[in-house]
Amino acid sequence: MTTNPAAAAVRLEGIEQFFTTSAGGMKALENINLTIQPGEFVSLIGPSGCGKSTLLRIVGDLIQPTGGVVEVNGKSAHEARVRREYGMVFQAPVLFDWRTVEANVRLPLELMGMERRQREARVREMLELVELGSFMRHYPHQLSGGMQQRVAIARALALEPTLLLMDEPFGALDEMTRERLNSEVLRIWGQTKTTVIFVTHSIPEAVFLSTRVVVMSPRPGRITHIIDIDLAQPRNDQSRETERYFELVTEVREGLRGRRGSGSEGRLRVEGGIG
Amino acid sequence: MTVAARSVGPTTGPRTSSRIMRLLVRSVPPLLVLMIVIVLWEMSASGAGRRVIPPPSAILNAGVENFEQLRRAAFATTYEAIGGFILGTVGGLLVAFATSRWVVARDVLLPVAIASSAIPTIAVAPILNNWFGVLNPASKMMMAALLVFFPVLINVTRGLVEVKPASVELMRSYAASDLAVLRKLRVPNMLPFLFTAMKVGATLAFIGALVGEYFGGSSDVLGFVVLTSMSSGSFALAWAGILIGAAAAIVAYLIVSIIERVAIPWRSELEAS
Repeated sequence: MTTNPAAAAVRLEGIEQFFTTSAGGMKALENINLTIQPGEFVSLIGPSGCGKSTLLRIVGDLIQPTGGVVEVNGKSAHEARVRREYGMVFQAPVLFDWRTVEANVRLPLELMGMERRQREARVREMLELVELGSFMRHYPHQLSGGMQQRVAIARALALEPTLLLMDEPFGALDEMTRERLNSEVLRIWGQTKTTVIFVTHSIPEAVFLSTRVVVMSPRPGRITHIIDIDLAQPRNDQSRETERYFELVTEVREGLRGRRGSGSEGRLRVEGGIG
Repeated sequence: MTVAARSVGPTTGPRTSSRIMRLLVRSVPPLLVLMIVIVLWEMSASGAGRRVIPPPSAILNAGVENFEQLRRAAFATTYEAIGGFILGTVGGLLVAFATSRWVVARDVLLPVAIASSAIPTIAVAPILNNWFGVLNPASKMMMAALLVFFPVLINVTRGLVEVKPASVELMRSYAASDLAVLRKLRVPNMLPFLFTAMKVGATLAFIGALVGEYFGGSSDVLGFVVLTSMSSGSFALAWAGILIGAAAAIVAYLIVSIIERVAIPWRSELEAS
C-alpha cells in the first residue's frame, strides 16, 4: 500500500451534490471544503437531511459528486477504492447470513486474493481485536446487534485500511452498548493509527470520540462549524466526566443550533432530531 | 436481520438429539390424524361410493397381489419424474441466470417463459408424446420438466435480483468484480429460493410424468396402471397406484428438504429458532 507521506488523508474541495427526484431537483451539499490529516478522528454531525451520509459516500467513491474535488491519500477517491484503501461500516451491520462470523470477516480478504494461511491469521487477529474470538463459528443471527456491529468493524479493518468510514454505526444500539463500543472504537483507533470519519447523530458520541467535530446544517447541506476536541488522549470513561467534556458538548450543541459566534450564519433555529 | 441476542453460548448450533426429539414430538399429531382418517375410511362401507373408493384393506390387498407390476411401474414413473425434475431445474436455472445477467435476455426470455406457463399442461401432453416418441420416457420427462421449469425460473430470478442494496454497496466498497458479486452475494442469496422451488418441483414432476402417461406410452408406468385398472373396474388397484405415486412424490420432497438442510445450514437454523 503506497501512500504519499505528505498527502492529506482526505481533501475535499468545493464539493457540490445535486439529486434529481420526482419532486424536482434538490441540492444536498453546497461548497464543502475539508482537509483531514492522517490519524485524525473526525465526526460529521448534523440533523437528518444535512447530507453527512452523502458526504461520507462521496469520500468512499460510492457516489460521484456533481462538482468539486475529492482526494484520498493524494489520489482520486476512485483509485483509493480500487486499491482498497478504506474500510466501511454502515448503520446496519450488513453481514451475510450464509457466512459465519469468521467467513464474514474473511470476505474482503478473499476479494483481494490473500493467500489462505495469511488470511486465517488475519481473521483471527481482527476477531481478537473486537473481542469476538470465541464466536468465530456462529452465524450472524445468533449474535446480538452490538456483536454484529463489532463483526462489521472487524471486517472493515481486515484489509488494514488507511481510512475507516463509519456511517452511524451505533445508531441502532442502546445507550449502554453504544458507550461500550465507543470505548472499543477508540482503543482500536489507538492501536491501528487509521484515519476515521465517523457520521453520527449523537453529540456525546462525537465529542468523546473525535479529534475534530464537523457540524453540518441542512437545506442545502453545508459545514457551519469545525470544533477542535482537545480532550486528553487516551480517553476513557473518566473523560466523559471532565468539565472540558461538558464544555465541548455544549459548544457542539450550540453549533448545531447555529448559536455559536464565530463564522456561524447566526440562524436561531432548533433543528429536530438532534441527539 | 434480528437484533435481539439469541443463543450466544459457546456451543455451536442446536444439539442433534434434542432436534430429533422435537421432530418426533411434532410428527405425532399429523400421524394420529392420518390413522383416524384411515380407520374411518375403512369403517364407512356402504353405498355406491364403496366400489369407487374401496376400503384401505382392499387397496392394500390389491397392492400386494400386483406387487411386481406396481413396483416396475413405480420405478419407471419415478425415473421419468427425476429426469424431468433435473431438466426443468437446470433449464430454469439457466434462463434465470441469463435474465438476471443480461437485460436483453430479461426482455426477451421472461415474457416467453411466463406465457409458456399459461399453456394448459394437459393440452401439451399429446404434443410432447408425438414429438419425443410416445414410448420414449423423454416425452414424459419433458412434461414433468415443463411443470418444474417455471417455479424454478421465477424463484431463482428473484433470489438473484433481490439482494439487499446495502450488501451491494458493501461489495462495491471492496471494488468487487461483477463475477465476485455473483459468486459471493447473489448465488448464496438465491439458494433458499432455489430450494423452495425445488420442493414444489419435486411433487410437480410426478404430476407431470403421470399426466404424460395418461396420453399413452409404455404400459409399465403408474399412469397406465391407474387408467386401465379404472376402466376395467378394479378401483382398488387404481388407488394402490395413486397412493404409490403420492408416496413417491412425498419421498422426493423429503429428499430435497434434507439436502436443503445440509446445503444451507444458516437457513434451517433460522427457521428452527
